[in-house]
Amino acid sequence: MTLELGKKLALAALAVFILITPFIGLYPILMMKVLCFALFAVAFNLVLGYVGLLSFGHAAFFGMAAYFTAHIVKVWGFPTEIGILLGAGGAGILGFLFATLATRRSGIYFAMITLALAQMVYFYCLQAPFTHGEDGIQGVPRGRFLGIVDLSQDLNMYYFVVGVFALGFFIIYRTVHSPFGEVLKAIRENETRVVSLGYNVTRFKIAAFTISAAVTGLAGATKSIVFQSATLTDVHWFMSGEVVLMTLLGGMGTIAGPAVGAAIVVALQNYLSGFGAWITIITGTIFVICVLTFRRGIVGEINRLLRLREG
Amino acid sequence: MFELLGIPPQALFGQLLLGLINGSFYALLSLGLAVIFGMLNVINFAHGAIYMMGAFVAWFLLQFLGIGYWPALILAPLVVGAFGIVLEYTMLRHLYKLDHLYGLLLTFGLALVIEGVFRNAYGVSGQPYPIPAAMQGGWNLGFMFLPFYRGWVVLISLIVCFGTWLVIEKTRIGAYLRAAVENQHLVRAFGINVPLMMTLTYGFAVALAGFAGVLAAPIYQVNPLMGQQVIIVVFAIVVIGGLGSILGSIVTGLGIGVIEGLTKTFYPEASSTVVFLIMAIVLLLRPHGLFGRPRT
Repeated sequence: MTLELGKKLALAALAVFILITPFIGLYPILMMKVLCFALFAVAFNLVLGYVGLLSFGHAAFFGMAAYFTAHIVKVWGFPTEIGILLGAGGAGILGFLFATLATRRSGIYFAMITLALAQMVYFYCLQAPFTHGEDGIQGVPRGRFLGIVDLSQDLNMYYFVVGVFALGFFIIYRTVHSPFGEVLKAIRENETRVVSLGYNVTRFKIAAFTISAAVTGLAGATKSIVFQSATLTDVHWFMSGEVVLMTLLGGMGTIAGPAVGAAIVVALQNYLSGFGAWITIITGTIFVICVLTFRRGIVGEINRLLRLREG
Repeated sequence: MFELLGIPPQALFGQLLLGLINGSFYALLSLGLAVIFGMLNVINFAHGAIYMMGAFVAWFLLQFLGIGYWPALILAPLVVGAFGIVLEYTMLRHLYKLDHLYGLLLTFGLALVIEGVFRNAYGVSGQPYPIPAAMQGGWNLGFMFLPFYRGWVVLISLIVCFGTWLVIEKTRIGAYLRAAVENQHLVRAFGINVPLMMTLTYGFAVALAGFAGVLAAPIYQVNPLMGQQVIIVVFAIVVIGGLGSILGSIVTGLGIGVIEGLTKTFYPEASSTVVFLIMAIVLLLRPHGLFGRPRT
């Protein structure tokens, strides 16, 4: 019981921290970036941590949602919140298509298929007219939330992003802590057994993947509004690798771990932004260290220590 | 001169040849991936980075030691193979008992590190590597011009691929390998040093990638990004062919190269995506791959 209480207290402390950051001198743009990536990693973790499927193509949902939303808001002139929802929906549909194909194989092939499909999306974005190739979509207006709140103010934008993060986090939290989520975890532990119990495993995998893709899209769409642009970086496979790293570093299969991992990776990149290719080297090194020595991740390790202390 | 669907034959056969060359590289790389996966149960994400390393080692040899193409063709794969053996011995072998995905993630991290190091030193622009003197010029076949070097690349790749296949299928060492893939513990019980065999297998497969890199150096420039451009296509090829069959990965590699070449001639916009489309179609029609066996 004390462990559960401790977790709730930690979560509450985190929530308070997120709400007051603009007043303790943290750069709001950086904090918004952290929140977008945290949501991305939390959504990604739904398939890696809870179903045991390694997707190496999540950048496609993140980046495509950014393009959709940027285009819808800038060119079609839709309100911001509608643009974000449509972007997330588009990512969900894309995720459904990916999952339908990729679930035809399992294990390591799943990772390779998602990577290959995401690469196809990348080449599409490179060539399609609406994405403007190397330039990307620039100068996306932030607009007004519900026509009232002016999002061009960073403080308003920040609380809008906090709201989106809370919504996405809640969706993933509810999915994991539901009967549906229990079946997903069972698939992770023993797929054959779940089949023998009469569940259609493929359908569960596709559903989980679609939810994950849609929430990933929510994060990508919000990022395009925050930075007022959508570019090829967001669909590149490097981004897919980065979200795997965030999840691994924070702790896969824990609800808060990926968010912690995202905060660390984004902070690190911000700190190293002047060092060019060193980012790649350091990212790779953290990957290697995590896999060799630290497979539970930060939050996973903390959970284990707490549980040990409880006996 | 005849024309085919409005495409001059020179262009068509030129692209076909380039397709065959790319196909040879795909075959060498996917063959290595298949061998590593069969033996070590690891998908080697670093394969592309190691292909790039092979090209760079050849370039270093020429630039700093004045050692030319022909010795480099042997030396570079040896250097790269030794590097692979160190990787296997220090890191990869600790992951065999874990889920496949950790092997993929570790080699992904290694690929990032290797690529980052070369990008740090040489940026993203390519370093030129000259075609060896003995291979300058070409034959005029009437319908097309065949540069000697390009013909050589296709020929030697095929020889190496089929040589590997012969070794695995027809020799005693190959028999041990195949037996160890089926049942490691039994083979160990017969007194064969399986861990050593695994290390050497990884070294050999990685050396094949380095060999492909040296072959590629005079055709493409020696570029830190050359590996990541090729590895994802090779993954798609592995999904199309299935990892179960050595011959299957050779045939699929060559076939995909040719199809890419044809697409470049007739519908260039799709040339970079056609592989992934084929992969999607194969997944729908034959989910286990063209040469794969359904898993039991």
